[in-house]
Amino acid sequence: MPKMTLNAYRCQNGHLTYPEHELCPECGEAQDETVDLAEEIGEVVTWTTSTATPPGVRQPNTLAIVEFSADGESVRAIGQVVEGEEVEIGDEVRPVYAEELRDPDAGIREKESQEWDGYRFEPA
Amino acid sequence: MDRVAIIGASMTQFGKREAWVRGLLAQAGRECLADADVAPDDVEHLYVSNMASGEFEGQTGVPNALAHDLGALPAYTQRVDQTSASGGAGIYAAWQSVASGASEMTLLVGGEKMTHRSTAEATDVIASLTHPVEYKHGVTLPSFAGLTARRYLHEYDAPRESLAKVAVKNHKNGLDNPHAQFRKEVDLETVMDSPIVADPLRLYDFCPITDGSAALLFCPESVAEDHVPEDEYTVVAGIGGATDTHVVHERDDPTVMGGAVESSEQAYEMADRSPDDVDVAELHDMFTILEFLQSEAVGFFEQGEGWKAVEEGVTDRDGDLPINTSGGLKSKGHPLGASGIAQAYELHQQLLGNAGPRQVEAEVGLACNVGGFGNCVTTTILEDA
Repeated sequence: MPKMTLNAYRCQNGHLTYPEHELCPECGEAQDETVDLAEEIGEVVTWTTSTATPPGVRQPNTLAIVEFSADGESVRAIGQVVEGEEVEIGDEVRPVYAEELRDPDAGIREKESQEWDGYRFEPA
Repeated sequence: MDRVAIIGASMTQFGKREAWVRGLLAQAGRECLADADVAPDDVEHLYVSNMASGEFEGQTGVPNALAHDLGALPAYTQRVDQTSASGGAGIYAAWQSVASGASEMTLLVGGEKMTHRSTAEATDVIASLTHPVEYKHGVTLPSFAGLTARRYLHEYDAPRESLAKVAVKNHKNGLDNPHAQFRKEVDLETVMDSPIVADPLRLYDFCPITDGSAALLFCPESVAEDHVPEDEYTVVAGIGGATDTHVVHERDDPTVMGGAVESSEQAYEMADRSPDDVDVAELHDMFTILEFLQSEAVGFFEQGEGWKAVEEGVTDRDGDLPINTSGGLKSKGHPLGASGIAQAYELHQQLLGNAGPRQVEAEVGLACNVGGFGNCVTTTILEDA
């Protein structure tokens, strides 16, 4: 299996975003550098547990927005929390790779139009 | 400049309806033309606000269908989709059509048919507006509300009960709205004990899934009195629209609704008004937390203080600044494409003194219509003529 990444994207002016954009939303420059957050520790900004989930999504579904910092620039990501784990605002978490976050055949979005693997978070 | 007048308004019963999208739109369109006594073939532009008739029902091309069903041929037609803010975006399009001189009679009809779908399916249709990195994690609009509400309560030391009080207030207002889906009072305990939907938010923090339609009729103010008496029309004094990030977690401060800040500044400037001038407001309370965020973003209250206004009764119907006298999306229901237009319908009735038991004293009204989780927002300021 190739090495998995949780890439944030940086432009020449140092603005960092996750996910990638066609042009940097801050300054309009190209995003020509990646920063892998997969091995980094982040901090929970907020979280929720959703009990009414769409077709193909685990129920309940605990989600967190997590803030990472890379070379003095901060960047956030959203993701599921690993099943059975609980988090609070301010907790430190690490990304954990998952091959399939929801059933790509069950929802309205065309399966081939996007990726379905990614990173969940667990307490560090 | 000749201002743009609203000479007719209508809304259908909101709730679970037997009619499909064409029937709902046709009902509101017909009743709106009748309200102003304008013939269908006088309509020059026809705009239809609708998010997802294709996805919900397999019926696309609804503007053309409506023009034919109403006898409004050969009017120019266009569908306006801005997700939950399709109604507000339709007001913007209708205003542009008249203000630019392209049309002297513009009918705007918004509607959505949703209740034939399960909650899970309807939630997925709406969640399809999210970015792939959000969608793959099963992120829904209600989950954005839970994430943001937790951050808001944490940052501003607001009690959980303050959110529940928005639901209590808006349900109380909806009791007097014959078009509302829910005409039922709820008490604080009921809201606080209802099942968790997106922690810390509970069932009564969310609007229902709804069928319904609403419509407005626009013309230049200079000819408004050719159609209706002077005291029977309102004017679009200001309007603005703006977008915020598609990816919600990329916002600097998740408790600031940037699109509402920007669009309201534009609307105030056009109307030469400030937040202090507003007498009554309809805010997009798809979730209770959104009423706080918008009441701060449009400048009624300082950031982090919106919850206090609800606690102190400022936004009650008999308060200094009544918010959601219609019952809001919370009790009235939220047929996506209709909601922004139904907000303006309420303001129109309030400004004309036609709001019956919901009537408050008002000369200036503001409506804020939100798509996505603040991804795209329109703000409209209506005044009596």
